[in-house]
Amino acid sequence: MEIPYTVEVRRDTGLTNGKIGIWLFLASEVMLFGALFASYILIRTGAPSWPRGDTILNVPLATFNTIVLIASSVTMVMAWASLMRNRFGTFRIYMGATILLGLVFLIVKYFEYGAKFEHNLYPSTNNFLAIYFTLTGLHMLHVFGGMVVNAYFWGPGSKLWKTNPTWFTQRVEHSGLFWHFVDLVWIFLFPTLYLL
Amino acid sequence: MSEQATVAHKRHVAHEAHETIGFWRKYVFSTDHKVIGIQYAITGLLFLLFGFSLMMLMRWQLAYPETALPLLGRLLGDTRMPGGTMLPEFYNELGAMHGTIMVFLGVVPLAVGGFGNFVVPLQIGAPDMAFPKLNMLSYWSFYLGGVVMLASFFVPGGAAQSGWTSYVPLAIIASSGQTWWLIGMIFLITSSLLGAINFITTIIQIRAKGLSFMRFPFFVWAQLVTAFLLLLAFPPLEAAAVMQLMDRVAGTSFFLPTGLMISGQTLQVAGSGNPLLWQHLFWFLAHPEVYVLILPAMGIVAEIIANNTRKPLWGYRSMVYSLVFLGFMSFIVWAHHMFMTGMGTAMAAFFQTTTMIISIPSVVILTALVISLWGGSIRFNTPMLFALGFLPMFGIGGLTGLPLGLNITDIPLHDTYYVIGHFHYVVAPGTIFALFAGVYYWFPKATGRRMNETLGKIHFIGSFICMNVVFMPMFILGMAGVSRRLFDGGAAYAFAGPYLHWNVVSSWGAWILALFQIPFIFNFFWSIWKGERVGDNPWEATTIEWSAPSPPPHGNFAVIPEAHRGPYEYSVPGAKKDFTPQFEA
Repeated sequence: MEIPYTVEVRRDTGLTNGKIGIWLFLASEVMLFGALFASYILIRTGAPSWPRGDTILNVPLATFNTIVLIASSVTMVMAWASLMRNRFGTFRIYMGATILLGLVFLIVKYFEYGAKFEHNLYPSTNNFLAIYFTLTGLHMLHVFGGMVVNAYFWGPGSKLWKTNPTWFTQRVEHSGLFWHFVDLVWIFLFPTLYLL
Repeated sequence: MSEQATVAHKRHVAHEAHETIGFWRKYVFSTDHKVIGIQYAITGLLFLLFGFSLMMLMRWQLAYPETALPLLGRLLGDTRMPGGTMLPEFYNELGAMHGTIMVFLGVVPLAVGGFGNFVVPLQIGAPDMAFPKLNMLSYWSFYLGGVVMLASFFVPGGAAQSGWTSYVPLAIIASSGQTWWLIGMIFLITSSLLGAINFITTIIQIRAKGLSFMRFPFFVWAQLVTAFLLLLAFPPLEAAAVMQLMDRVAGTSFFLPTGLMISGQTLQVAGSGNPLLWQHLFWFLAHPEVYVLILPAMGIVAEIIANNTRKPLWGYRSMVYSLVFLGFMSFIVWAHHMFMTGMGTAMAAFFQTTTMIISIPSVVILTALVISLWGGSIRFNTPMLFALGFLPMFGIGGLTGLPLGLNITDIPLHDTYYVIGHFHYVVAPGTIFALFAGVYYWFPKATGRRMNETLGKIHFIGSFICMNVVFMPMFILGMAGVSRRLFDGGAAYAFAGPYLHWNVVSSWGAWILALFQIPFIFNFFWSIWKGERVGDNPWEATTIEWSAPSPPPHGNFAVIPEAHRGPYEYSVPGAKKDFTPQFEA
C-alpha cells in the first residue's frame, strides 16, 4: 500500500512526510539536550567549586575533533549535492568520507576517555566529570547512530537510487539534517565543557 | 442498491484489494494502524486491569492494616506477604508500580496508542499512518518497556519502591528494581516519541482532500495537541532518567547533596548535586503528562456528545483554541507540584498564577460540552452514558484541583489523601470513563458488531456509583490531614482515628468496582463473536471514519473519502435526515 506524500510534496504544506518527521525528531532532541544543558547550569551554579574545563580536559584534542565534525558536515552536504547533480560515484566518496570522519571523532574521543580513566578521573569523581561524561557520552551515541544510518545509505540502502532516485536523495537529505544537528550539539558542548 | 447490498459490495471490493500477508505480519508484527491500534488497546486494557489489581491489594492493607489477607496473601510468598500479612516494602512496591503502570502502561497506550492509532487515520481519511514501520517499532518498544516493568517484580528486593515520581535521593539508594524502572521508562519514552512524530506528521500530511484544520473532528485536534506534548515534554524526563541511572550505576552525584546521611552514616559520594533538579525535570514532563491523559478523553467525549445529542458541538472553535492554549500553558505550570520544596514565594506566585490561568481553557471546554447538551434530543446509549458520566466527574476533579494550585491552600493539603482523591477524579471516573465510552463507541467500527447495551448499562451504573464510593472518602481523609504515603493507612496516628473507617468504605468500593468490570470483560469478548451485526455507520455519525467498511480492510476505504463540510453537521434545517456526513457530497 502506498502512503501518500512519501516522495512527492503535498501542495498545501509544501513538504514530504519525511521532512516533517525529521524536524519533529530534531525538536525532541533539542528538548533532550536542552534539559541536560539546563541541568548543567543548575548543578554548576549550586556547586561550591567548579573546575575550569581546560584544567582537566584536553583542549587541543577537542579543537581537532571540532574541526573533524565540521568537515564531516561539509562532506555530508557534498554527498547530498552530488545526488542532486545526479553523480552517484561522487556521492559514495563524500558519504564514505563523512562516515570515516565520524569514526575519527569517535577514536579521538576513545583516547580522551582512556586518558581520563588512566588518571583515575571517573564520572563519580566530581559533578564536572559526571556531566562531562554524560553529555559527551550521549553525544557519542548520536554520532554513532548517525554513522549507522549513513553507512546504510552508503551500502545496502543505496539500491533505492536505481529505482527511486528522488526518494533516495530525500533520505540522504534527512540523514544530513540529523548529522548537522549532532555537529551543532558538539559546537555547544565544546565551549561549555572545555573552555568555560 | 439497498444499504445492505452496498455494504456487501464494499466488502467484496475490499476483499479483492486485500494483499496476501502471512499470520505473523498480519496480526503480530503488523504495520497496519488498525492492528497496531488494537494491539495497543488490548495491551493497555490488560495493564489497566493489572494496575487495578495491585491497588486492590493495597486497599486490603489500608482497610485492615496488619491483618492477614485470606487465601491470596500466602500465595505471594514470604518476601512480600509472610503469613499473608503485607510487608511495608511490598506496599511501597505496589504503590510505585500502580502509578507507573496506570499512567504509562495503561491510560496513555489506550488513549493515544489505541484510540489515536485506530481512529485518527480513519477520521482524517488516510489509508494508514505516515510511517507504518515506525508505528510498529513504537508498539514493540512500548511492549518491551512493559515487559521490563513486569520483570522488575522478580528481581532481588522487588520492583521500584519510590513512588511513580521516583523522587531522589530515595530512588538512588533503593534496591535494583529502580534500575529496571529507569530502563523500562527509557523504552516507554522512546515509544511515545516515535508515536508523537508519527501522529503529527500523519495529521498534517495525510488528511483527506477538503479536510482543512477547522473541519477536523475535535478528537483529531486533541490527538494533535497531545502528540506535541509527548514530543516536547518526554525528552527532559529521558535526560533525567539517564542522570538517575548514572547516579545509581556510575556513582555520579547529579541528585545527591554533600553530606547525605543514610542510616546514621555519611554516603560516600562526591556530592554537591541537587535533589530538586530531579523534581523539576520530572514535573516538567509529568504535568504535560496529565494533559496527555485528559485531552484524548475530552476528544472522545466531544465526539460522542455531538453524535448523541444530534446537534453540532457548541463553540467548536473556542474549544479548539482552548485546547491549543491548554497545550501551551501545560509547559509552564509544573512547579505547582513543588510548593512544599521551599522554592521561594516569587516562584510560587508565578506558578500559582499560571495554574489559575490554565484552569480557564479547561473550563471553556467543559462548559462548551455541557452547553452542547442543551436542547438536544439525547440518545442515552452506553457510550453516551459514559460520556455524560465524564462531565461531572471531571468537573469534581478539576474543581478540587484549585485549592492545590494555590500556594496557601496547598500547604495543609499537600501529600494527603485529598491529592489522591483530586487526581483520581480526573483520571479514573474522568479519563477512564471516556475511554470506556470510546470502546463502546468505536467497537462496531473495529469488529462490525455492537456491544450489548444491557451489559453496558450495568457496567456504567455500577462503575459510576463505585468510583464515587472509592474516591469521595479520600477528600474527607485528606482534609483531616491523613498522609497518602502511610502503609497502615494512618493507623499509627491518633488524630486520624476518627476518620479511618472511611478507608474501609473506600476499599469495599474498589472491590465491588472490580465486580462491575466483569460485565464489561464478558461483553467485550462475547460481542466480538456474538454481538449484533451492524452496518458501516451504526450511530448515524458524520465523521469520516464511518464511511469506511466495518471492519476496515488494509488501506481502509473502499472509496477515497473527501471532506465537504465541518465535522458535526447534525440536524441541519431543511436536510432530509438529521445528520449530514462530512464525506457525502
